[in-house]
Amino acid sequence: MPATLSHVPASAAPAPTVAEFTEAESCFDIRDLSLAYDGKPALEALTLRIPRQRVTAFIGPSGCGKSTLLRALNRLHDLNDEVRREGSILLEGQDIHGPGVEVAELRRRVGMVFQTPNPFPMSIYDNVAFGVRLQGVKRKRQLDEIVEWALDSAALWGEVKDRLHSSAWSLSGGQQQRLVIARTLAVRPEVLLLDEPASALDPISTLKIEELIRTLKSRLTLILVTHNMQQAARVSDVTAFLQAGELIEYAATDTLFTNPRLRRTEDYITGRMH
Amino acid sequence: MGSMRRDEGGWPWLTAGSVALSLLMVLALLALLATRGLAHFWPAEVERVTLIDGDQLAGQRVRTLAPPGGEASAPEVLYRTGNRDLDGQAWRWVSAAEIASRSTPQELLMLQRQRWGEFFGRLVALREAGDTLGIRDEALWQELQTRLARVDDLRQRRDRVQSEEIEPLLRRLANESSVGPDTREALIARLGEARRRLEGIRAALERDTLIVESVDGRRLEQPLGEVLAAWRPNALSPVAKLEHWGHRVWAFLSEGPRAANAGGGVWPAIFGTVLMVLLMSLLVTPFGVLAAVYLNEVARQGPLTRLVRIAVRNLAGVPSIVYGVFGLGVFVYGIGGSLDQWFFSERLPSPTFGTGGLLWASLTLALLTLPVVIVATEEGLARIPDHQREAALALGATRYEMLRRVVLPMATPAMLTGVILAVARAAGEVAPLMLVGVAKLATQVPVDGEFPFVHLESKFMHLGYHLYNIGFQSSDMERALPLVYATALLLVVVIVVLNLTAIFLRHHLRVRHRALVP
Repeated sequence: MPATLSHVPASAAPAPTVAEFTEAESCFDIRDLSLAYDGKPALEALTLRIPRQRVTAFIGPSGCGKSTLLRALNRLHDLNDEVRREGSILLEGQDIHGPGVEVAELRRRVGMVFQTPNPFPMSIYDNVAFGVRLQGVKRKRQLDEIVEWALDSAALWGEVKDRLHSSAWSLSGGQQQRLVIARTLAVRPEVLLLDEPASALDPISTLKIEELIRTLKSRLTLILVTHNMQQAARVSDVTAFLQAGELIEYAATDTLFTNPRLRRTEDYITGRMH
Repeated sequence: MGSMRRDEGGWPWLTAGSVALSLLMVLALLALLATRGLAHFWPAEVERVTLIDGDQLAGQRVRTLAPPGGEASAPEVLYRTGNRDLDGQAWRWVSAAEIASRSTPQELLMLQRQRWGEFFGRLVALREAGDTLGIRDEALWQELQTRLARVDDLRQRRDRVQSEEIEPLLRRLANESSVGPDTREALIARLGEARRRLEGIRAALERDTLIVESVDGRRLEQPLGEVLAAWRPNALSPVAKLEHWGHRVWAFLSEGPRAANAGGGVWPAIFGTVLMVLLMSLLVTPFGVLAAVYLNEVARQGPLTRLVRIAVRNLAGVPSIVYGVFGLGVFVYGIGGSLDQWFFSERLPSPTFGTGGLLWASLTLALLTLPVVIVATEEGLARIPDHQREAALALGATRYEMLRRVVLPMATPAMLTGVILAVARAAGEVAPLMLVGVAKLATQVPVDGEFPFVHLESKFMHLGYHLYNIGFQSSDMERALPLVYATALLLVVVIVVLNLTAIFLRHHLRVRHRALVP
């Protein structure tokens, strides 16, 4: 039975977090994933599939584990010695913790945009070319082409084409965030992880980022963590609601926001519970 | 209830006062060093003093001391009278009450000589190979200047032959194993030829002599080859005095020491200080940066890293002489001794690396300043936000690529801050150097045209040690004191210049990363 269709009374036990997409449809296949920081559990036995070329939103109160889950998808937790993991994450059918996986290559395939715009202290051009150069591309013409394509894809080319060699820090916050997206797109990732990408931006810049997210889903899979319900409703196709490290509800965005299956979900999205 | 406006009290004034006091002390220090040190080179007037008993003397007034008895007795005046070869001393205290008259005749002459220090008196005649030249007064003075230029040129040629031809030949001959019998003959022939040329130059230097007379009428035949400069302070115009002052300051900076460090310049000491500090920076920077990167980026943060950090910070507090002892035991006797046994055994028992030298001094100071560089670099690394590191990793960078392309460039200003602090500390250290390689006198700088160009094993001079030396080991304190001030000023200037270079470099880098560093 598709888990998204029926409205279940609030008193019911937590719904089983079933996979709603077939393996063929999904980009990430997360199986029984548990994570603990310093012995404190952050995620508990999560199982879900994330659809390819869709925008998936993770929502939930602060500390619910949504950012943790996002960062697990490109193994950024590897940096932290205190993290213990159980279960597995499959990207296109391959375990990302498998022995043959090179973590740098994984992170190229699964790009990430952070809450704070974080361009490097170099020129706009060098920022976009950074990842491409790491791949060994050295020819100027090829770099020029990729930089233009990436900036164009991030809807920034028109604004910066005349000052590609000025400092990236001279851009506004919204432009910086789109630059970071361009920098990530330049290495042709399959997945783009967005960790509250608009929370530090003004409303106009936020709208531009959201527009960009909608355009990009024709090319890649996007996963968005956000605190902003309206934003999740506006841009995502599928939404997962997490609470205290557990997946509470996972459904098509329209369904989840208009007709949540569980009382806890409804309370959260209507603002009755924080 | 008190008033609405609460009284601030005196504390802002207290803080401002502390700053003002510190500034005042620094300025006073610099002013003292500058006036005492630089005034030494000024061609002060030479007075001819006639005493009541008819005795005459010529000299520069140094200072006047009020007598302990108050106004009842006259003050005592100290004159610098030179003429050590005639009087046996170069200073004379005269009671003001004994002075009958004072004048400043234009023709009073001052000679700077290689031996016996300054001469004060009158010029009488010039002799060439024993024959007196028949010229007098102004023409004689002009001729003296021409001939002084000649002997100066001859002295330079003599020193060049000595250091660039004879000494290298002697070193090659001493190194027997590398010279075959045939080459040996050729080398000896070349050495003989060079020595003959040196003799020729020496003879030319001894050709001229100068007849001079002190104000009380004693004559002296002074070989011109030993006269470094001659001038008439009372006849100099202010511009000429300034020019003379500039010449003497330059000579102080560019020449080697003379007369047991009591005269001449400090060039080898400047060069030694700068070279040692640069070498130290080259050694300490990579070590310190790598250690800081390990502590901050690689090592697992835990009690052990904390312990290592505390230990590193405490190392900065170890007295520098202790580092000197460590350097002597480990670098000089340990490593240096072993190097000598393995590579320079043919020269034993005279040590090559087994004695103090430039390399060991630089290494010891590098060890001394290592904590400073580590701490500063670590602070710089800790200031870089984690999201910058994550951004690089998320683009597919390995940890090494992230460090090299993002983290280290951003931490460079902090590293340079560490190096600046290290340089400031190392340039002023004297105590450890006394154990590991500084020399009281080394007229040659440890860099020359001979392979390997920089002689790491050689002893070197250092401004700080030179200062200690002329200040405490000199037999003539009155003469040494102005040099102490001048050398101290120079040491401060050298450190400031080294620091400014690094600060300029850091500023240049900060401009590149402008938005990052507040």
